[in-house]
Amino acid sequence: MKYFALLRANLFRKKLRTTLTIGSFAVALFLFGLLTVVRGAFNQGVDIAGADRLVVINKVSLINPLPIAYRDRMLRIPGVKFVTFDNWFGGVYIKESNFFPQFAVDIDNQRNVFPEMTVPEDQWKTFVEDQQGAIVGADTAKRFNWKIGDRIPIRAAIFGGDTWEFNIRGIYTAPEGNDLSQFWFQHKYLDERTKFLKGTVGWYTVKLENPDDAVRVAKTIDDMSANSPFETKTETEKAFATSFAKQAGNIEFLIFAIGIVVLFTLLLVTGNTMAISVRERVGELAVFKAIGFSDRFVLFFVLCESLLIAIIGGLLGLAACKGFTILVTKTGMLSGGFIQLFHLSGIAMLLGLGLSFAVGILAGILPAFSAMRLRVALALRRV
Amino acid sequence: MAVPLIYNLRSVRARWVSAIVAVLGIAGTVGVFIAMLALANGFHTTLVSSGSDKNAIVMRAGSTSEMTGSVTMEQVKIIQDDPAVARDEKGKPILSPEVVVIAALPLKSTGTDANVQVRGVSEQALKVRNNIHMVQGRFFQPGLLELVVGKNATNSYSGLDYGSTIKFGGGTWKIVGVFDAGGSAFDSEVWGDARIVAEVYKRPDFIFQSVTARLTSPDAITQLRDRLSKDPRMTVQVDREIDYYQKQSQGLTGMITILGGTVAFIMGIGAVFGALNTMYSAVSERSREIATMRAIGFGSISIIVSFIFEALFIAFIGGLVGCIAVLKLNGYTTGAMNFQTFSHVAFAFRVTVPLFLEGILFALIMGFIGGVPPAIRAASRPVVLALRDL
Repeated sequence: MKYFALLRANLFRKKLRTTLTIGSFAVALFLFGLLTVVRGAFNQGVDIAGADRLVVINKVSLINPLPIAYRDRMLRIPGVKFVTFDNWFGGVYIKESNFFPQFAVDIDNQRNVFPEMTVPEDQWKTFVEDQQGAIVGADTAKRFNWKIGDRIPIRAAIFGGDTWEFNIRGIYTAPEGNDLSQFWFQHKYLDERTKFLKGTVGWYTVKLENPDDAVRVAKTIDDMSANSPFETKTETEKAFATSFAKQAGNIEFLIFAIGIVVLFTLLLVTGNTMAISVRERVGELAVFKAIGFSDRFVLFFVLCESLLIAIIGGLLGLAACKGFTILVTKTGMLSGGFIQLFHLSGIAMLLGLGLSFAVGILAGILPAFSAMRLRVALALRRV
Repeated sequence: MAVPLIYNLRSVRARWVSAIVAVLGIAGTVGVFIAMLALANGFHTTLVSSGSDKNAIVMRAGSTSEMTGSVTMEQVKIIQDDPAVARDEKGKPILSPEVVVIAALPLKSTGTDANVQVRGVSEQALKVRNNIHMVQGRFFQPGLLELVVGKNATNSYSGLDYGSTIKFGGGTWKIVGVFDAGGSAFDSEVWGDARIVAEVYKRPDFIFQSVTARLTSPDAITQLRDRLSKDPRMTVQVDREIDYYQKQSQGLTGMITILGGTVAFIMGIGAVFGALNTMYSAVSERSREIATMRAIGFGSISIIVSFIFEALFIAFIGGLVGCIAVLKLNGYTTGAMNFQTFSHVAFAFRVTVPLFLEGILFALIMGFIGGVPPAIRAASRPVVLALRDL
């Protein structure tokens, strides 16, 4: 590391240029982080889906109901541990842009099937006792500043258009990466107010004893309902989330394309800067070689400079991005409630660092080679 | 006295490597910017062209989309007797009470299921939406399990080919025709007889989701709205069809625009850094040249103008390259979910002249920001010092 001082002196020689280059790296990595976050938000269900859960929907489409009688039939299938059911409520809180997902849940099994979402025991008790009770995710509670005991009016857009009142009885939390925006209320309440739905549910979620049984159990459920008026389509939670995310559009490709353009642009900008700074220092590098430093040292030295810029820029950009996502999640701005999971994962950050490392090498390699191949006599004479 | 422009053009040519880098940096930024806007533009145009200002869509009051509406047969009768509803040559009212559901069908591109919008319509549907016409086969016969499919639907999903039969919703349907809806959202839909769709989907009889009616004139909607809102038997909202689709497109269009704008803005900062670097090194490489020019009488303002021009020139070329690269995307069809109806809509990228101009303007702004500080530096170095530099 005895050359570190030299490296640093070189970086500080043209402060403005170094700042700008580091800046463009930071910008690119910030963007990279942002794109991963957006991609993750679209695939939110996919990454957190439990491998031991199956989603059972009506084969026609997910808006068609299923009979409640299926629950007991599914429970009899070997390998099935718990079965819960939900309905999509699709209500509007004051205005449409306040969107958050609302589910009518089966209070007996909700916590068995989704154990990662936890509610304090005393809150859960008061929720069960109150037919109009509701449990809300920590993010949504924070977004609308709801407290336990608040009375929340929600317009039942799908179910008749009246306004329903709910009492907030609890707030659920879950490990990082999970959806903390949901709003749960008792399925009984829905049944009572919407007579025509009686005896049906929106969809089922089945918890398995063992994830390896997924294929067999899914097939048994679908065979059971085959040729009945309510045929089912059973998939693992992950497959269900994936196909839902895919329908949203080919976000993956879009983000990949933008990412490529950004990286390519960045590579050019940094490569160019490195080339300029090597060109300016031809004389110095020739002196290095004249006083005995090896070709390989000069190559290494120029590469190091490029790498150092890349890593500093990358770290700055990723840190800024992390800060940004935290800010967005805390305030609920930008996402408009539609995309709740704005989260930059550790893996994405590592990948980002790896990328800046790679770009740093690629950008430095050409100038470094030309520095290595420098003919000392010619270079010294040039000035 | 102004520095001749040819001086800048020649010096760009002399330092073509770093000029190209700056050009590509700006081109990439402008390209991403326009591509995202073209995507939002395409989705918006597709949905908005679905609506007509001569049609009124009637849904239950408080509905957020057709999917959640409900209109009874009795209410349909009241609407069809209203004088604001146009009549055909036989005196029949031109309106279509519709049952709107979705069906999960496999996409050809990915093999995974996507929701296709299934619309149960009346025989008058093609008269209500007179921009839609059959391109293959015939319209369905009322009372039969027959379907007509939009041209994007037949291209996007497996099993929706003309002449084939398909099972969904507990019925076996025959596809008897393909229609062209001029690139609107209807092109991604499947239509059948409203009564049959309701029956097969086990919906209650004589309940519709929405009623779309052709108006005698675009202005007639106010009278229709007034009369229907005064009628105690009605609890409905009356929207102009075009406004309804405008509203439907807002969510996704807004999201793409925000995402695209943010990405372009951040990339823009990066591109400005690149332009600054290029221009600063141009200035420092030419400090003696600049000093010479000033020594022979060019004022500092002329030097500044000259360098800003050079930056703008590079940015303009970059913007142009970005625009031309994106032009290839024009008309490229892709699909996305309309979150209001949970159904899949096919639409094409639309690169328009205003988008082009926005792109060039964006490039010039980046060039200006990247050009001013180096230009000022060029003009502010003391002549004597710069000349003495080796």
